[in-house]
Amino acid sequence: MNYCNLITIFAFINLLVSIPHGYSNYVETKAGQFFSSGHTNNWAVLVCTSRFWFNYRHVANTLSVYRSVKRLGIPDSHIVLMLADDMACNYRNPKPATVFSHKNMELNVYGDDVEVDYRGYEVTVENFLRVLTGRLPPSTPRSKRLLSDDRSNILIYLTGHGGNGFLKFQDSEEISNMELADAFEQMWQKRRYNELLFIIDTCQGASMYERFYSPNLMALASSQVGEDSLSHQPDLGIGVHLMDKYTFYLLEFLEEVHPASQANMNDLFKVCPQSQCVSTPGHRTDLFQRDPGSVLITDFFGSVRKVEITKDTINLTSPVEPPIKRSGSSDIQIESLTYVDQLPVAEIIHQQDCLEANVTRCRRKQQRTRKLNCQVVEKQTA
Amino acid sequence: MGITAAAARDEFQEELVIRPLHSGDIYASFQFRTLWDTDFLQEGQKVSHYRLFPKSLGQVLSKFSVRELHISFTQGFWRTMQWGQPFIPSPPGAELWVWFHDTVSDVDGNWKELTNVLSGIFCASLNFIDLTNTVQPSASFKPLGLGNATDHRFLRYATLPREIVCTENLTPWKKLLPCGSKAGLAVLLKSEKLFHSSFHSQAVHIRPVCQHKNGLDFAKILDAPSFCIHLCINCYLHLFTEWSLFKMFSRTLTEACPLATSSKVYVDITDNPEGELFELSPATPLLSQAVVLGDRRTYSVFDLTRAETFGQLRSLNLLLRWKGDGGEMLRPLLHAERYVAGFGLQTGEIHTVIYNNHPYRAFPVLLMDSVPWYLQLYIHTLTVTSKSRDNKPSYIHYQPAKDRHRPHLLEMLIQLPPHSMTEVTVQFERALLKWTEYTPDPNHGFYVGSSVVSALVPSMVAMSTNFTQDQPLFSSFVPVKEESSYFVRVYTEPLLVNLPTPDFSMPYNVICLTCTVVAVGYGSFYNLLTRTFQVDEPSLPLAKRLANLIRRIRGVPLLT
Repeated sequence: MNYCNLITIFAFINLLVSIPHGYSNYVETKAGQFFSSGHTNNWAVLVCTSRFWFNYRHVANTLSVYRSVKRLGIPDSHIVLMLADDMACNYRNPKPATVFSHKNMELNVYGDDVEVDYRGYEVTVENFLRVLTGRLPPSTPRSKRLLSDDRSNILIYLTGHGGNGFLKFQDSEEISNMELADAFEQMWQKRRYNELLFIIDTCQGASMYERFYSPNLMALASSQVGEDSLSHQPDLGIGVHLMDKYTFYLLEFLEEVHPASQANMNDLFKVCPQSQCVSTPGHRTDLFQRDPGSVLITDFFGSVRKVEITKDTINLTSPVEPPIKRSGSSDIQIESLTYVDQLPVAEIIHQQDCLEANVTRCRRKQQRTRKLNCQVVEKQTA
Repeated sequence: MGITAAAARDEFQEELVIRPLHSGDIYASFQFRTLWDTDFLQEGQKVSHYRLFPKSLGQVLSKFSVRELHISFTQGFWRTMQWGQPFIPSPPGAELWVWFHDTVSDVDGNWKELTNVLSGIFCASLNFIDLTNTVQPSASFKPLGLGNATDHRFLRYATLPREIVCTENLTPWKKLLPCGSKAGLAVLLKSEKLFHSSFHSQAVHIRPVCQHKNGLDFAKILDAPSFCIHLCINCYLHLFTEWSLFKMFSRTLTEACPLATSSKVYVDITDNPEGELFELSPATPLLSQAVVLGDRRTYSVFDLTRAETFGQLRSLNLLLRWKGDGGEMLRPLLHAERYVAGFGLQTGEIHTVIYNNHPYRAFPVLLMDSVPWYLQLYIHTLTVTSKSRDNKPSYIHYQPAKDRHRPHLLEMLIQLPPHSMTEVTVQFERALLKWTEYTPDPNHGFYVGSSVVSALVPSMVAMSTNFTQDQPLFSSFVPVKEESSYFVRVYTEPLLVNLPTPDFSMPYNVICLTCTVVAVGYGSFYNLLTRTFQVDEPSLPLAKRLANLIRRIRGVPLLT
């Protein structure tokens, strides 16, 4: 009996000790999971390659993904959005500044806060490949660059018209699957991504990921080789098809996802089965190191936020000193500045005479002082 | 001698001017002005603290040594004859003109980098501005701000007539305001209603101005010229018998921007002195008169910095109900049009028509035309006629185009006779481009930017030359030097010309046809030469084969 009691007490004490230990283990595993994918920042490159009003649905596709990605946390500075044509403010659009994804105009995916980085004629194969590989001219602004590093997870979404092994850009050029695979290999060799998710919604989309050979790539396509991706529904008010079937169901799926959601890639692979999509969506995971079941949707569609919890108070530094104006008559030239005459007729005619007579001293005659003076002076107080 | 710390004196003012027209349309003009307290003469000075002035633009100005920057994005064309003169005109598409400081050594390099940086800030394709569409005007576009030297080598001007304006341009524009779009007049800028208009234009104008401090006693004041950024949105909406702020913008005003020193709404009631044309509510006792565009106008003023403007409901929703049918609007004194004449895809003719509607006064106008290189102008066919007689311009500056390097620039100072129509015509030939130079949709056509007509128009009313800061923003944008005339700039329509376009599917067609011909023709010929023929015995049906077997056994001749 005593022995039994001893065992029970021993077990009880063990339990008491192990609960906080187990709790800290739980916290550690949770924290471990948080960083298990190994990425520290997220980027998205969303491209719509079609021009003309009847390709409204491709712009709506891209904007739906843009909307989801922004909602789940990736900021505009980390999204490179390329739209080949303007549908929202197109003169044919009965509701300007809107792009709808559902019929009866339920969801405006354009919104009020959108930043398009490449638009119109700038969406070319060359610019797309330059963005991916980072080889842009030095004066390109930051918002047009993909500034990813080796700890970035990148989402790439392409939509438009495609065929077996190519994707058409703006009805005038195309990108082949070999070029795309080579671009990703360049990105891998320059360590420009940690993991990359490639989604394509075009006809025969699966042909675009057949040639990939770089590691850590996962790809999804809306249709297999030999199949067409179909559009979802037309809207009689706007007069065109609003979205493609695959992206429509993808958007429906993503609307359920929130930043803390645990949905994983296997759920994404099940989006839009053949009964709904008519085409068979495909995916490729052989180049990916982790098991798709352990990859969260938010690893690509959401954003890692660097949060440090601190319990200490922090002292803010003293406010910035206002600019100190030096005074001293020796430092300042007293110069009288005036507003310039907007149409100095006499001067212009004089300029003509100067040009004809080829006299270089004419320029000094052009200055005139008028009533309006703004003098840079120093006022002394008593 | 001594050093004192002066408090940062940035200032922000906002105003909205509403002009109802007789046809039931509304012209709404938003103006936001931020004064940046910095010494613009000392460029290269490192600024580290930005208060109200947007940091993105401040850094651009100091990095590229910009003295003045004017950029505008417009959708639609301003119809001067129907709507009058706008406060701040702008051409369709995007327009950018910049004055650099005298100290810049490589203006073209700075210009190229500046356009790229601005394309990132405003989400527009301004990076398409390069030497093939940039010009250096020699007499137009004088600086609107302070400055003594006007050496035109430091001026660059470019337009992109094809550029579209949409929410992605409005979003970064709104972020330049101190209050963003959260308080003050900017809450009315909702894209869905704003772009549902006949004309929409948003612009940023940065220039150095005089600062005048009235009644402030600082120990040592340096009245230095400082930068002023002027953001304005003009829009033109169609409405019917009754309109309100809520109907137009789907929002009402609830408060002024807390960072603004003045926040006002002006409604033009000049045509409604007795209240017989329309009825404005809520009624306001504040009235103001301003001389703008050569006309004295009366405005009802709603001051948003005063709490009683908002009334009981804490929100201001202006309501205007039309009562009678108004008369005709005053015809504007200066008006210009442009069109392409001719037929075919080889030659054509550009006609620019300028109207002077003043009954007895003549005045000079400066016409500036920038034509892309692929329309090769025959400048010897240039004619300027007024009232069917030749009108010789007193100043002509022409810079011919260089293929793929530089566009044409034509500037002329023309004296317009009173009450007349002046026509400027020039013939051109269309160039054949290389096949890589065509846009993805070449059958749409190629755009030619608007012509700019700058003029000093005689004013009916004495203009005020007193440039103080108490004047409303819309009447004090352009500095006035003389009382008897005011400066105005009119933009013509952009042109859309078709260039001879090849059929881009031809290479594919040629390859298919050639390969078919080669396969069929050569293939048949090759077969004839190399194929050998053998006689092939046909196989007999089963019955005959069995019969042959029996015949063989019998020793009788076989069947064939």
